[in-house]
Amino acid sequence: MKIAVCVKQVPDSWAEKKMVNGVLDREGVDAVLNDLDEYAVEEALRIVEAHGGNEEGGANSVTIVSMGPERATEAIRKALSMGANDAILVSDVALAGSDALATSKVLAEVIKNGGFDLVICGTESTDARMSVVPAMLAQRLGWAQLTFASSVSVDPAANTVSITRTTEAGVDAINAKFPAVVSVVEKINEPRYPSFKGIMAAKKKTIDSRDLATVGVSAESAWSLVADSSPRPPRAAGVKVTDEGNGGNDLVKFLTEKKFI
Amino acid sequence: MSQIFILADFAGDKCTKTTAELATAAARNASVTAIVLAAPGAGATLAASVKHGPIANVLVVESADFATHGVAAAADAVAQVIAQKSPNALLVASHAYGKEVAGRVAVATDSGIITDAVDVAADLTATQLVFGGSTTVHSKVSNGVPIITVRPNSIEADLSDSTPAVENLSLTISDAAKLATTTSSTPPVKGGRPELTEAQVVVSGGRGTNGDFSAVESFADSLGAAVGASRAATDAGWYPHSHQVGQTGKTVSPQLYVACGISGAIQHRAGMQTSKTIAVINKDPEAPIFDLADFGVVGDLFAVLPQATQGVTAQKS
Ligand SMILES: Cc1cc2nc3c(=O)[nH]c(=O)nc-3n(C[C@H](O)[C@H](O)[C@H](O)COP(=O)(O)OP(=O)(O)OC[C@H]3O[C@@H](n4cnc5c(N)ncnc54)[C@H](O)[C@@H]3O)c2cc1C
Ligand SMILES: Nc1ncnc2c1ncn2[C@@H]1O[C@H](COP(=O)(O)O)[C@@H](O)[C@H]1O
Repeated sequence: MKIAVCVKQVPDSWAEKKMVNGVLDREGVDAVLNDLDEYAVEEALRIVEAHGGNEEGGANSVTIVSMGPERATEAIRKALSMGANDAILVSDVALAGSDALATSKVLAEVIKNGGFDLVICGTESTDARMSVVPAMLAQRLGWAQLTFASSVSVDPAANTVSITRTTEAGVDAINAKFPAVVSVVEKINEPRYPSFKGIMAAKKKTIDSRDLATVGVSAESAWSLVADSSPRPPRAAGVKVTDEGNGGNDLVKFLTEKKFI
Repeated sequence: MSQIFILADFAGDKCTKTTAELATAAARNASVTAIVLAAPGAGATLAASVKHGPIANVLVVESADFATHGVAAAADAVAQVIAQKSPNALLVASHAYGKEVAGRVAVATDSGIITDAVDVAADLTATQLVFGGSTTVHSKVSNGVPIITVRPNSIEADLSDSTPAVENLSLTISDAAKLATTTSSTPPVKGGRPELTEAQVVVSGGRGTNGDFSAVESFADSLGAAVGASRAATDAGWYPHSHQVGQTGKTVSPQLYVACGISGAIQHRAGMQTSKTIAVINKDPEAPIFDLADFGVVGDLFAVLPQATQGVTAQKS
């Protein structure tokens, strides 16, 4: 079984973010592996470990696939130190400020030619927060879509994958044949911390860096354009009272003034 | 006149208020057609429930594939509708299903997509609140049929009655959309309270409830509010996962959000930060959630909430 895991490097959730010329300014902030993608890496590792492991030269492998600036190698190293085998990073100045359509196009092109059975994604990148790349990937690849999985099981002999889809619309059981695109929710597992051995081993693992010409797609003009962006006025400082027996009544008074009652 | 299509949004077989919100935005400069995707034989019932908001036409597509092949089949149908009818834009509700359908339609029709809009102007400029609500962005799709997903409860819906003309369209879902099969579906349990993402008021409880949501629920009921929960509360099994508010739960933006015994972790904020008014009850005066509060009470929720509930009830009677 060959599994690709799509990971994105994102600005640290706590970092103050701002827009410069219509795109997120990624220079000025700390960047980390999108935390929801750690669950995808973990799930891929658990799947291969349940079916003979991903030792070098064996039948199973986990490949990290990412699109982003050169420094996304830091986030990729983290995924490798968790235990993934190798990685592909698509990096090209022409991709700066790409939207989900461009991202899915590039990722699909890389994945299409990689001989993978499964692609596993997180459900959302914490910066873009679109939750559409996995569905777009499935559409572009013409593969089965099994997204928002809170559990995944695979049967490599039958070439099938089954998931439990958990969303606000309820819980569904879904299955499909390989190849398939899976995305996982954070309830699915507890991602491992990279071990010291894992961190050392990751330093020697290959990150295959490709530009657009190597991938074989051309940079697209954007499908959508930002007209303007502006910081919103910060919330006005509120009122804070300490309950000394009247806190509930104080709250009711506030709600009445604001016409909620 | 230009034509904007919306994907009608349903909870079970009931058309949601979100549908009227989509229609309201779309009707600013266009005639609105609602697409209804239904199981065979169910189209007429679903179409009949699309009766609020400025909707001129309803287009019904019936297929057993919508239940069996989920997002992919829905997107395949919507993309075919767009190819046949060439609308000027498509608006879809911004939830997991809506966003995935919209994403696939964007790829299939080679169109730009904007997600999580909180408003859509007559010229189809979308407004988004990004980076935890700290930044307003205006953007426009520049390619193909603009596809915009709109966050529930962001646009004030025109709920006036309408009697749209109903048209049935028969389509064949392509094989490429039938690769994944849904073998069972369990809808979320619906209580008597308003739907979280549609509610005007949401009262949420966290770890501070220590598993006892009765004070939170009573206060919510006094205000006719929906009940939400932090992940700490849903993980502990104190409240159903479908009520989780936050990054990996629901995004809500009610008129009033009341956070009780919730510390205000960034992942929780991500789901409630754009609420218009925020009230907080927490016994720790240093809890970060107070940074967002228009009104904060430092105190024990088990003392503050019952008193507040009584106060609200007294005022109403
Ligand atoms: C990948 C990922 C995704 C996540 N997604 C979400 C998400 O979608 N939604 C979410 O909510 N969290 C999410 N989290 C978890 C988040 O980081 C926090 O752990 C969680 O929000 C904490 O919940 P809490 O505020 O209820 O609990 P705590 O942080 O433990 O806070 C409890 C608060 O209750 C107060 N308190 C205690 N007793 C009382 C009392 N009697 N009266 C009044 N106040 C009291 C305390 O002072 C404290 O401030 C996610 C985490 C990760 C890693
Ligand atoms: N630039 C990228 N490189 C690799 N994977 C990505 C990228 N962007 C998004 N993804 C994957 O798609 C998922 C959903 O992202 P999004 O649709 O941007 O919210 C993420 O959790 C990743 O698994």
